[in-house]
Amino acid sequence: MSGHEPAEAARVARHLLRRRRWRPLEIVAWTATLALILLIPSRALLINEILILGLFALSLDLALGYAGLVSLGHAAFLGLGAYTAGIMASRGLADPTLGLVVASLVAGLAGLVTAPLVLRGTDLTRLMVTLGVSLMLGELANRNSWLTGGADGLDFTIGRVLGQFPIDFAGRRAAALYSFVVVFALFALARRVTRSSFGQSVQAIRQNRLRAGALGVPANRRLVATYGLAAAYAGAAGALLAQTTQIVSLDIFDFHRSADVLLTLIIGGPGYLYGGLIGAAIFIGLRDALAGATPEYWEFWIGLMLVALVTVGRERIETALKRLARRLRPAPRREAAP
Amino acid sequence: MLTILFDGVAYGMLLFLLACGLAVTLGLMNFVNLAHGVFAMGGGYVTALLMNRAGIPFLATLPFAFIVPALVGIVVERLLYRRLYGASPLDQVLLTIGLVLMAIPAFDYFLTDQPQQIHLPAFLQGRFELPGLTIGAYRLFLVVVCGLIAATLQIFLVGTRFGAQLRAAVDDRRVAAGLGIDVGRLFAIAFAIGSGLAGLGGALAADVVGGVDPNFPIKFLVSFLIVVAVGGSRGVAGAFFGALLLGVLDVAGKYYVPSIGAFVIYAVMVTTLLIRPQGLFAKSGT
Amino acid sequence: MTSNRRISILAAAAALVAGPAFADDVVTVGLILPMTGQSATTGKQEQAGANLYIQLHGDTVAGKKIVLEVKDDTGAPDVTKRLAQDLIANDGAKALMGFGLTPLALAVAPIATEAKVPEIVTAAATAMITEKSPYIVRTSFTLPQAAAPMAQWCLKNAIHKVVTLVADYGPGNDAEKWFGDVFEKGGGQIVEKIRTPLKAPDFAPFLQRVKDDAPEALFVFLPSGQGAAFMKEFAERGLDKSGIRLIATGDVTDDDQLADMGDPALGVVTTHHYSAAHDSSENKAFVAAFEKANNGMRPNFMAVAAYDGMALLYQALDKTKGATDGDALIAAMRGMSWTSPRGPVSIDPDTRDIVQNIYVRKVEKVDGALYNVEFDTIPAVKDPYKAAKN
Repeated sequence: MSGHEPAEAARVARHLLRRRRWRPLEIVAWTATLALILLIPSRALLINEILILGLFALSLDLALGYAGLVSLGHAAFLGLGAYTAGIMASRGLADPTLGLVVASLVAGLAGLVTAPLVLRGTDLTRLMVTLGVSLMLGELANRNSWLTGGADGLDFTIGRVLGQFPIDFAGRRAAALYSFVVVFALFALARRVTRSSFGQSVQAIRQNRLRAGALGVPANRRLVATYGLAAAYAGAAGALLAQTTQIVSLDIFDFHRSADVLLTLIIGGPGYLYGGLIGAAIFIGLRDALAGATPEYWEFWIGLMLVALVTVGRERIETALKRLARRLRPAPRREAAP
Repeated sequence: MLTILFDGVAYGMLLFLLACGLAVTLGLMNFVNLAHGVFAMGGGYVTALLMNRAGIPFLATLPFAFIVPALVGIVVERLLYRRLYGASPLDQVLLTIGLVLMAIPAFDYFLTDQPQQIHLPAFLQGRFELPGLTIGAYRLFLVVVCGLIAATLQIFLVGTRFGAQLRAAVDDRRVAAGLGIDVGRLFAIAFAIGSGLAGLGGALAADVVGGVDPNFPIKFLVSFLIVVAVGGSRGVAGAFFGALLLGVLDVAGKYYVPSIGAFVIYAVMVTTLLIRPQGLFAKSGT
Repeated sequence: MTSNRRISILAAAAALVAGPAFADDVVTVGLILPMTGQSATTGKQEQAGANLYIQLHGDTVAGKKIVLEVKDDTGAPDVTKRLAQDLIANDGAKALMGFGLTPLALAVAPIATEAKVPEIVTAAATAMITEKSPYIVRTSFTLPQAAAPMAQWCLKNAIHKVVTLVADYGPGNDAEKWFGDVFEKGGGQIVEKIRTPLKAPDFAPFLQRVKDDAPEALFVFLPSGQGAAFMKEFAERGLDKSGIRLIATGDVTDDDQLADMGDPALGVVTTHHYSAAHDSSENKAFVAAFEKANNGMRPNFMAVAAYDGMALLYQALDKTKGATDGDALIAAMRGMSWTSPRGPVSIDPDTRDIVQNIYVRKVEKVDGALYNVEFDTIPAVKDPYKAAKN
């Protein structure tokens, strides 16, 4: 990118532009989801839950799949976003869009602040630091019950989206649509970012930080920025969760939430952005089916699935999925190498 | 105040026993075993069941609380963990979380979710009252037992050939293997011992933490991780001092500033990792 | 595939989807409980209690068949909310029951109001819950109901210096406040107010503080499930021999765990609305049937509350002659009174909360096992929190 080879740069730019084009399969998938919400309102809440978990998993994908930063405490940002939106609504600032924006900013800021912690040390250190941070936030929320409602939780009424569309119990379908719009917009943005030169450089950093640095890529800055973006996305998911259910409580910082989203992303596969959404659909679908059949022991089967998945080898499943994913990307045109 | 210090030391010793297996697995095999708590819980249940259903006295159950999890550890290591030694920490995390998710409902199904209580024999109940210091008999027992185990482990690591081989394998696995050390067998034994110690720790902890119940692995996962994070994952000594530090801080924190509670130990963990990512007591630079 | 087969398959599928839920003579009741997680024991006891009622009284009332749908909300309020919404919108539930913790009950309140569906709270115990929707009725209890009489008992028994120790959440705060207010108004002194964390608490340092405070009595409230661990630590610290009396609300000597607590629990005085040792023919029959149906498991106050929740619904349906309209059911429930295994109970027509006897009990050995033996009764206690408002 030094300008010495304008032909090379142009070739890369054309390649990226091609990759950004939306494939037919993608368009069909998104339209189908929208149709589901509109045509089957009785399932709107379930789809809403899938969308929100999908967004949360997407945010983890940015941190883990693209930046290569493992996290056992991503729920910290989910919780921050949820409580910000909840506290705002309970204090009179009940406009959902405002809450969403502020929540994302707060979470993103927290991401930027904690990024240095996460960049230091090994993967193991990262796991423990992220876990520690999410638990600390949970404790803080517990201690400050004047603000967060403590162990009783915070319940509030939410205003109408854009002043027009109610998203509480009367507006269940509207809630799902609201989530859909937000998730789609954020997804499109993430898609744009990951298929830009910025996104490419972050993947390069993940693959080999030393080599990327040798190529002149400012590794730390880019990782911090990606982590901050991931945190902001998680905050948005939290805000959606709070706003569409009108309740936030301490369990949002639990280890379970961070573990569940990790599972979700792994089921769908990290690194190609759709993994979070697909994983969410599978996870929630499975969970509902299992919990209906065995309300007390369904987690056992999820655990078994996970053990099987890891033992069989995520690589094998990933290669199969990558083949599928390649159909979501435009085929690279072979050009003669210089 | 001395009482609180003593209580903190006792709690720290217990944490050490529970977590040292994790420190060994982590330091030796670089394997993130989040299911460590399951072995601890297993040992706790062995003792509780032997006592409550078979009437076996407390002390006599302790060897079984060590052996049963150790054996299970060998089986699990051979079948599952072995495949993921070279894998990314993420894969190891996922596998072990999966095991935890399986273990909790399984224990619940066979043993109900009511905490199983362990009733200590009479000579372990009661306390010694000294001016300004109350020493609980059981806590004294804990300090003595855990101290002995810690000392034994240290002697074992430093003084025996096996210990030397273990340390060599930790420092540089490839060279050790090149020297003819059977690293695979080493790992299996180390893992078994680590799991056995966790089981013993679980049995000893049951009285202090309100009984053994299926949620034990998740409740104490964080404590184990904190000990390893602060104490360093390179060996036994670091875990020992890390655990002591945490035990004292936690108990003292709850006594003197009850409103802060658990916040203290989380903050300590995060700060430690920020300043010294390899842990407070580990050798620096490795 | 022939078109006939196609049609019959479609019909079968449609029947499966539509299900019996929307049939006019079926009343679906959603029982939403934490079946996994920290409060799982609550879920277990309550499910058993509700099922026992159906088993003993049949599943038909006023010409309608009762279908109980048990759902696990894992203790997370957003899940509770979705389950409630799904039960009402998709399964046509005419009543919701359960709610193991305060935030779970609060999460559903706006839905109950909007959908006009009765929300029968059979577990959560914070006083203000019934104020959150005109469709909430409670058959469990409130902490002020149990804590205030304890304070009065203390004063009557010349106990003037007390330390309170409660779990740090809604019901805990209620207990601390109401015990404290009544006690101090009567001339007592609260030396210290300790709050323990709700999750995985370690009682050792807190009990050390109590020992150092040296009060005449220690008043405790802990959620059901933590009593055994607390009792053990209490004994271990030598507090049972130190002259400090242990008094508590009955959650600490929960029947679910009491048998396992051992001798340190002997002599502990508690106030509560239900004891498995309650001496009445209804209770004896209830306990016997419950133990038979559940492998010898002893029922506790959670099971009885769920049992009574079903009883309330059945009686309401009887009164409305099978009408399932929410307003009619709530109107029928107001003022309803009957004899529960715990004693005589009624639903306060103004607050929709339960009015019941509070018993003062002492832990004693009965036939070799520990039970809460009642020795004093305060009849027909209304929730003091709401009573004070009027």
